[in-house]
Formats: sequence, structure tokens, C-alpha cells
Amino acid sequence: MRGLRIYTLLYLAFLYLPIVLLPIFAFNDSTVIAFPLAGFTTQWFTELADIPALHAAVLTSLKIALVTAAVSTLLGICAARAAARYRFPAKGGIMGLVMLPLVLPEIIVAVSLLVVFLQLGLQLSALTVILGHVLICTPFCIAILNGAFQSLDNALEEAAVDLGETGWGAFRLVILPLVMPGIVASMLIAFTISMDEFIIAFFLSGTEATLPVYLWGQLRFPQRLPAVMALGTILVAASVILLTIAELARRRGVRKRGDTDTGGFL
Amino acid sequence: MAGATQRSEAATGLALVAPPLVYAVALLAVPMAVIVLFSFWTQDYLDLDTTLTLDNYREAWTDPIYRELMARSVYISGVVTLITVVLAFPVAYYISFHVAPERKALWIFLVTIPFWTSYLVRIFLWKVILGFNGVLNTSLIGIGLIDAPLTVILYNLNAVVIALAHAFAPFAILPIFVALERIDRSLLEAARDLGETARSAFVRVTLPLAMPGVVAASLIVFIPTIGDYITPRLVGGPGGLMIANMIQTQFLRLNNAPMGATLAVLAMLIVSGIALLFVLANRRFLKRRG
Repeated sequence: MRGLRIYTLLYLAFLYLPIVLLPIFAFNDSTVIAFPLAGFTTQWFTELADIPALHAAVLTSLKIALVTAAVSTLLGICAARAAARYRFPAKGGIMGLVMLPLVLPEIIVAVSLLVVFLQLGLQLSALTVILGHVLICTPFCIAILNGAFQSLDNALEEAAVDLGETGWGAFRLVILPLVMPGIVASMLIAFTISMDEFIIAFFLSGTEATLPVYLWGQLRFPQRLPAVMALGTILVAASVILLTIAELARRRGVRKRGDTDTGGFL
Repeated sequence: MAGATQRSEAATGLALVAPPLVYAVALLAVPMAVIVLFSFWTQDYLDLDTTLTLDNYREAWTDPIYRELMARSVYISGVVTLITVVLAFPVAYYISFHVAPERKALWIFLVTIPFWTSYLVRIFLWKVILGFNGVLNTSLIGIGLIDAPLTVILYNLNAVVIALAHAFAPFAILPIFVALERIDRSLLEAARDLGETARSAFVRVTLPLAMPGVVAASLIVFIPTIGDYITPRLVGGPGGLMIANMIQTQFLRLNNAPMGATLAVLAMLIVSGIALLFVLANRRFLKRRG
């Protein structure tokens, strides 16, 4: 069993190798991305402050990611709630279609949307990227929210209705607080996916480059690479922080539903 | 009365699922149908010829470039799937069987973190690691293991396979982990009590019961891999390009959307066909559980 443990640790090292090297080169005082290291500098980070195109890309990405997180979580709540609480015709087929983007190669989603948008005469912009991102984020939101909705006790809602709440009131006052951590986790995950997504943004962003599209353009210029490393470090740090918050929210939700009588949200 | 409740339950369920369903139909089902339609059209310079024809399919089937790219994509996806799943299984097994229950969530979280960080940045780092003056070569030369930089690890198939096996690792670990978690541990005790060794209990009890997870992992790695665009472009070199790169070229460079659509449809058909065969080949493992 020691062997298995060592193997697993080596595998984790393999998984973390790229993102561990990233900050090492981001703080390295050399334009060449290679060992041996030359010395410590924060130059590449300060350089980022003077690139207007980068700032525009960050703003575009933030705008897209925020809208995507909100819309795909709303759609996810509808689907997860329907799947967990109700029986309806063609349930398997409907859920299958909605979840399909999870396994579909992104290039297929990207080109099919591109063709349709161009045929409709729609100008490629942040909006078209949002439409694509919501499509691929919704299945992830559903997967996270499913966990939250499925472990709910139906009796809670029935009790609320028996005590005089309307269906909506019961949902808002009883169900929503219980699944709130799941909703937070879902929004954070969708936000992260949208911030990082490249292929769909590459096809659908037109002149409004997102952050990954901007990064892609920079990879061709060797002298820009240290700045790319610095930017990558910031992105990875941000992703890890958001994910940790999402994970804590999810766990809080699990605890809360296992221990429902101790009270509400906040 | 029961009928009425049932009808209203179905109606409420449908009403609730309608927004995501309408969205998926409008932005997934319809665009995919349009792509299929496009694949039967042809592009004549700037004009789209909307007569239905199989010309694109004929060309895709006979032109050696398309055939080669398609075959290579299927091959790369197959190799990546095999390597990823085989490497991932012991990790999933370790977490499921040898990690204390209260720490499992933390381990799974650790495994998935790298997956959530920028894909573009991660793949680019592989270029840095595997390059001629890269981290791996300078380290190996530094410790005296090799004299000259290895060149077989960047700008070829190997680099694509390594980078993709890394990128899809959590996709393989999670389904296998879930399948292993579902195994009733008393079955293993029973096998041992009946005289199986640890090894034969693993082969005859654990492995067959873990197969649904292995099949799911294989599919969830294989299908998206074939459409990967970034990895072949960044680390594949000319000999490592895949069909997605050609689809992109047809759409954005050559302005031949119908040919791009044809290649996309063919790629999807081939992938679905292989996935279906794979599931059928493993169906005896899959029907044991509901």
C-alpha cells in the first residue's frame, strides 16, 4: 500500500507541475523562460499595469463571466429543481439534451454557433460569447445544484405549504436558503469556466477579445512571455481562491442539509 | 384525483425545465442541425450553393489530408484515453480505499484544482517543460542523466498525448472514484472469507464492479479530446495537428464553412460510433446496476 501512496503523490506532483512552475518563472528576472533562474523581480507584474489592450480584455471577460454565471445558474436551478422534484414526460431525453454540452467537443459548439450567428446577421461580440458560455456552463451548474436539490427533504416544503405558505413562498423561504450554498458554488464555477474558456470565445468574440483570446495572441511573441507568466500566475491564484470559496460553500450546504433544524441562512 | 395531481406534476415539471430546454434547443439542437445541413451544401468562393450534395463527404473521404488528420485524431484520442484511464485508476483506488472518509473530499478537491486553472496557460507551460531548452531537458542534463536535450518530447504526438493526459486527468479520476465508492465493502470481505487472495478479490470483485466508472471515464476523456484545438496547435508541431485544427482552418481561414461542417459532422459520427461500440463491448459490466 506504500507503493500506491507514493504513486498517488507522484501523480499529484505531475498534476501540479505546470501551475507550480508558473509563479517561479513569473518572478524570474529573465526574458527567457528556462532554468537556471536569474534572480527575483516583480517587473513582469508591474508591466501588466501599462497594457490598455489587456485591461480591455479583462473587463470584457469579467462582464461575460458575470452574466454567464448569473444566467447559467438560473437555468441550472430550473433544470436541477425539475429533475429532483418532478416527474414529467421525456425527462431522460430532455435532461440528456441539456447536459449534452458537457461531453461535446467545444469546437463543435463553437462552429455551429458561429454558422448560425453569421446566418442571422448577428454581430460577433461579448453577447455572442455569453450565449455560447451559458450553453457550456449550464450542465456544470446543474451537476452542482443536483446535489443540493436532491438531498432536500420534500416534507419540509409540504410542511411550509400546510402552514399556509404559497408554493413560491415555500420555495423562497424554505428551499432557497437550503440550496443557497449550492447556488453560490454554481455561480463561482460558471464564472471560473467562463473566465478561462478559449475556443468558443476565439470563434465568437469578434473584435471584443476576452482574456484567454488576448493571451493566445501574446503567446506568439517571445519577449511578451514573462508578462504572460505573470498574468497566468494572477489567473491561477484567482481561480484557486474562487474554487476554495465554492468548495467551502458546497460543504457548508452539505452540513446544513444534514442538520436542517439548526436554522436558516446567514 | 391522483390523475389530476400527476398531470399537474408533469405540467409543473415541464414548465420548470422549459427555460433550460428552450435554451438548449435554440443554441445547441438547432445549430447542430444547421451544421448537418451545411455539410450537404457547397461553397463556391463567396457564394453558398444550397443544392444538396454529398460532394463534401466524397472529398473528405478521398482527400488524404482529411483522412490522415481524422485517423490521427482518433488515434491520439484513443491513446490519450488509454493512458489517462490507466494512470488515473490507481489514484481513484487509493483515495476510495485508503484515505480516511473525512479526508476524501479534500483529496478529490486537490485532484480537481489544476483542472480549473486556465487551460491555455497549463498547455503553454507544457511547452516550457518539454521544450529543447525546457525544464525537463535542463533538469535531466543537470543531474547527468542525459547528455543532449531530448527532442522526441515536443512538437510531436508524444507532447500532445502528455499534455492531454494531464488536462483530462480529473475527468478520468472522478467517475472511477464514484464507482469505487459504491462498492459494498462487505463483498470484498466475503470474497476473502471464501478464500480469494487480495489480488484475486481485486480482479474478480473490485474491477468488474468498477467497470461502469472506467467506461464512463473513457467516454468522458475520449469524446472531448478528439475536438481539442489548443494542445495540437501549441505543442503538436506540424505532425501533431488534429481534425479540430482543420475545422478551424476551414471556417476562419479558407472561408469554406460547408467543408468545415462536413468534417465536424464526420468527427462527431466517428466518435459516437466508437463510443457506442465501446459501450456495447462493455455492456455486461454496465447492466449489473441500475
